[in-house]
Amino acid sequence: MATQQSRALGRIAVAPSVIALFLWMIVPLAMTIWFSFLRYNLLDPNYACSLLTPGQLFDEANRCFAGTSNYYYFLTDPAFFKAMTNSLLIVGSVLLISIVGGTLFALLLDQAIVGRNIVRLMVIAPFFVMPTVAALVWQNMLMDPIIGFISWITKSLGMGAIDWFTHYPKTAVVIIVAWQWFPFATLILLTALQSFDEEQKEAAQMDGTPPLSFFWYMILPHLARPITVVVLIETIFLLNVFAEIYVTGTGGRAGNLPYLVYQYGLLSNDIGGASAGGIVAVVLANIVAFFLMRMIGKNLEG
Amino acid sequence: MARAVSSRRKWTFTLIAWFLAFLIFFPILWTILTSFKTEGDAAAIPPRFLFFDWTFENYGVVQERSNYFKFAMNSVILALGSTFFALLIAIPSAWSMAFAPGKRTKDLLMWMLSTKMMPPVGALIPLYLIFRDFGLLDTRGGLIAVLMMLNLPIIIWMLYTYFKEIPSEILEAARMDGASVWKELVYVLTPMAIPGIASTILLNVILAWNEAFWTLALTTKDAAPLPQFIASYSSPEGLFWAKLSAASTMAIAPILVLGWFAQKQLVRGLTFGAVK
Amino acid sequence: MKQLFTGAFGAMMFAALATTALAETKLTIATVNNGDMIRMQGLTDDFTSKNPDIKLEWVTLEENVLREKVTTDIATKGGQFDVLTIGTYEVPIWGKKGWLVPLTMVDDPADLLPAMSGGLSVDGKLMASPFYGESSMVMYRTDLVEATGMKMPDAPTWKDIKEIAAKITNKDKEIYGVCLRGKAGWGENMAFLTATSNSFGARWFDENWKPQFDSQEWKDTLNFYLELMKESGPPGASNNGFNENLALFNAGKCGMWIDATVAASFVTGKDSTVADKVGFALAPDNGLGKRGNWLWAWSLAIPAGSQKEEAAQKFVGWATSKAYTELVAAKEGWANVPPGTRTSLYNNPEYQKVAFAKMTLDSINAADPTKPTVKPVPYVGVQFVAIPEFAGLATTVGQIFSAALAGEKTADEALAEAQDVATREMTKAGYIK
Repeated sequence: MATQQSRALGRIAVAPSVIALFLWMIVPLAMTIWFSFLRYNLLDPNYACSLLTPGQLFDEANRCFAGTSNYYYFLTDPAFFKAMTNSLLIVGSVLLISIVGGTLFALLLDQAIVGRNIVRLMVIAPFFVMPTVAALVWQNMLMDPIIGFISWITKSLGMGAIDWFTHYPKTAVVIIVAWQWFPFATLILLTALQSFDEEQKEAAQMDGTPPLSFFWYMILPHLARPITVVVLIETIFLLNVFAEIYVTGTGGRAGNLPYLVYQYGLLSNDIGGASAGGIVAVVLANIVAFFLMRMIGKNLEG
Repeated sequence: MARAVSSRRKWTFTLIAWFLAFLIFFPILWTILTSFKTEGDAAAIPPRFLFFDWTFENYGVVQERSNYFKFAMNSVILALGSTFFALLIAIPSAWSMAFAPGKRTKDLLMWMLSTKMMPPVGALIPLYLIFRDFGLLDTRGGLIAVLMMLNLPIIIWMLYTYFKEIPSEILEAARMDGASVWKELVYVLTPMAIPGIASTILLNVILAWNEAFWTLALTTKDAAPLPQFIASYSSPEGLFWAKLSAASTMAIAPILVLGWFAQKQLVRGLTFGAVK
Repeated sequence: MKQLFTGAFGAMMFAALATTALAETKLTIATVNNGDMIRMQGLTDDFTSKNPDIKLEWVTLEENVLREKVTTDIATKGGQFDVLTIGTYEVPIWGKKGWLVPLTMVDDPADLLPAMSGGLSVDGKLMASPFYGESSMVMYRTDLVEATGMKMPDAPTWKDIKEIAAKITNKDKEIYGVCLRGKAGWGENMAFLTATSNSFGARWFDENWKPQFDSQEWKDTLNFYLELMKESGPPGASNNGFNENLALFNAGKCGMWIDATVAASFVTGKDSTVADKVGFALAPDNGLGKRGNWLWAWSLAIPAGSQKEEAAQKFVGWATSKAYTELVAAKEGWANVPPGTRTSLYNNPEYQKVAFAKMTLDSINAADPTKPTVKPVPYVGVQFVAIPEFAGLATTVGQIFSAALAGEKTADEALAEAQDVATREMTKAGYIK
């Protein structure tokens, strides 16, 4: 009785969020799919191409339908392959930095150090910074080859100025993005470490277990789940990194898929092409997500 | 002897930790320092650390040019509003997924997360048209709805993981006592879930505060939050580092202060069910 | 689908509009965050005191963000703005579409410089009123040029520029002979390169819209630019736009800088460390009868369908009037008035005292948007091609050339790639059948 009642109630409780998310997903998605088959230039809209005037819509003379040509041009664009590899590169490198850096930092912060609270404050601060602001600050005040702080340091060390955005645009973008996301990993991993059994730790120390093997056999397995969580959440956000590329003007060489879609849509005003690009990006993102789930999903069970 | 070693160890770690933390914090510190410099000092090489003419001039200029408080107020309303409404529908649904899971609950959660994967710019024109036709452009209501939908999947997931950690024995005990489902939710679950809810709120306020694509695209003036305020300072003509720093400091200060005050709460809650 | 929504909600929106129309008129003005525009915001008391029933609300944004917002809004008829700040690129395209209202209250339209009003009119009607206009010219450090023992002619050739730049350059002391735009973008490096290519006799498209990056003229242009920058340019040039170069020049690190004429008031202004050592010359040529300077005007326009057209007309009239110029002159001095729009300004003896006045006027007059280069072209625009596809295409090409400047590609590779991209884009858009 009670179970049946609560199951029905459960459905009702889930319904609002599912319906809202479904609408939020399906309406723009349907419109985007529709646009992706049209010739639709924002600055040259063809008002005949409206669902309300089917006669004109299907009239060949109006050139409304683009067929699959928007997809064809997007997929054969040399920039597409580059954007795809850049997307993967950004996600992959930032994840790697976050997890390795985050684990090391979490281990460090888990030690008895003086002023731990202040240190923790300083470390998590970048996570609170708006991506636009982070990009502007890094670009203008730190990485600028002439008046940037980093170039002042490298010049003082006699290495000459590093011209980040000219020679290492991808590295520069990865650094900026990693700076914002690695604190998030640190935070979660630190929380996990602090829940680690103190007694086990002490026991290991008593036994004289070497720190490395203690880390490998005891701590790392304990961190498997939090690492999975970090990978999952960060991937979702990292696939759509945009502000850091847009603001620093590195779209030409470090541009990822969202940036390419932006270039189609808002620079070329080619809404048809941008919609096709958006659909391609969604499909690819879901493929990535699917494999990600398969690979790490078991860590989330139980 | 042992004490000496461990004390040396402690100081070594302390030194390393402080050094690295300082490095990580430096960009923010540098921005704050630069905001108190004159434009000339801001661009000076070698950089001036503390010995420059401290000035509040930049803040004055920025405030005069764009009314900071209007933007900040909108940011506060959007961040709190979107989090509030998202919680309103997320709590029941996370609760039911955690305590009455179906076969498809995991898939449902993953589907929810996958709605975040569309590049926003791909959906810009559709959403802009919808907003236009419903008169939602540049309204706080419209933007609250967008931010709420953007963060809803994360909110549901976070809450779901907390709720799942609440031992079911407690629930059974409550049911034995004849508590209704409603009472169960209000008197038993919610108090236990409060730390989780609190850190969910924090995380989502941060995410909503920092969202820049949709807030820039769908607002002009009445509902415009801080990302728009910043957009009028990026690369104007002339020397601009000090003014940009002042504007940046103003844009991140509220959330930074909140984050710092609440960091204990955030740390305690940010587990996503990852800690057993 | 659009009409469906509009029909259902039209009545509701009409009701909302009707109620606001009764109250005082609020004008929402979208504007770019350039110095002249920000100055105007400080001087609007003059307008509102004369028009107490009109209230002004400013939306000030960085150039690219502004363009994206304004374009999205006008193309979808979102109706968010009553007055738009747009450039010479948008005006012909939007004007032809009927998205702009012809201006009726512009102060003495005959006084506008012909190059400006020509570029801002569609079918003989003024669609946008220029707030300030600019061309490009050479700004140079008189002390550094003097030290080389050479002389900067008033109308230099590219060869002069290259020789002087090489002599000034002293990389150990971080003095670079010439600072030029390298940052990718249709309004950044491509504005400079397209204008420069005109003086080399190159063009974007032939009469049949066939891209011309495989021509000898483009090859000469790009090779010259890359060599010049390699020899005498600053490090990181491929990420330098207007602002970066301005900061470099003001910090005394550039011997020459070829860029917008509006920069003249900044390099001689209070933030500059070299204010008293700056000379001006026309943009260089190559003896082919065209100089490498561009033409641009930030202009005020009114979107079609605005409910507040009358108030908007009044405002545009005020902001671009002679009286406004005098207001700025009285409060901030003649050097700070918005330049490059009116003949009367350049006939004003007070303004003629400003060091860069004559050179700005000569530069503007030397540009012709309808006949930008040596050979005939099917398009309008000096440093751009006024077609909707241009911004995206030129940004892609700009990225390719920027990569060439960074040393990742040779000039030949870059041009071949640009030719491919342009051919694709023009085929897709239906220009090449």
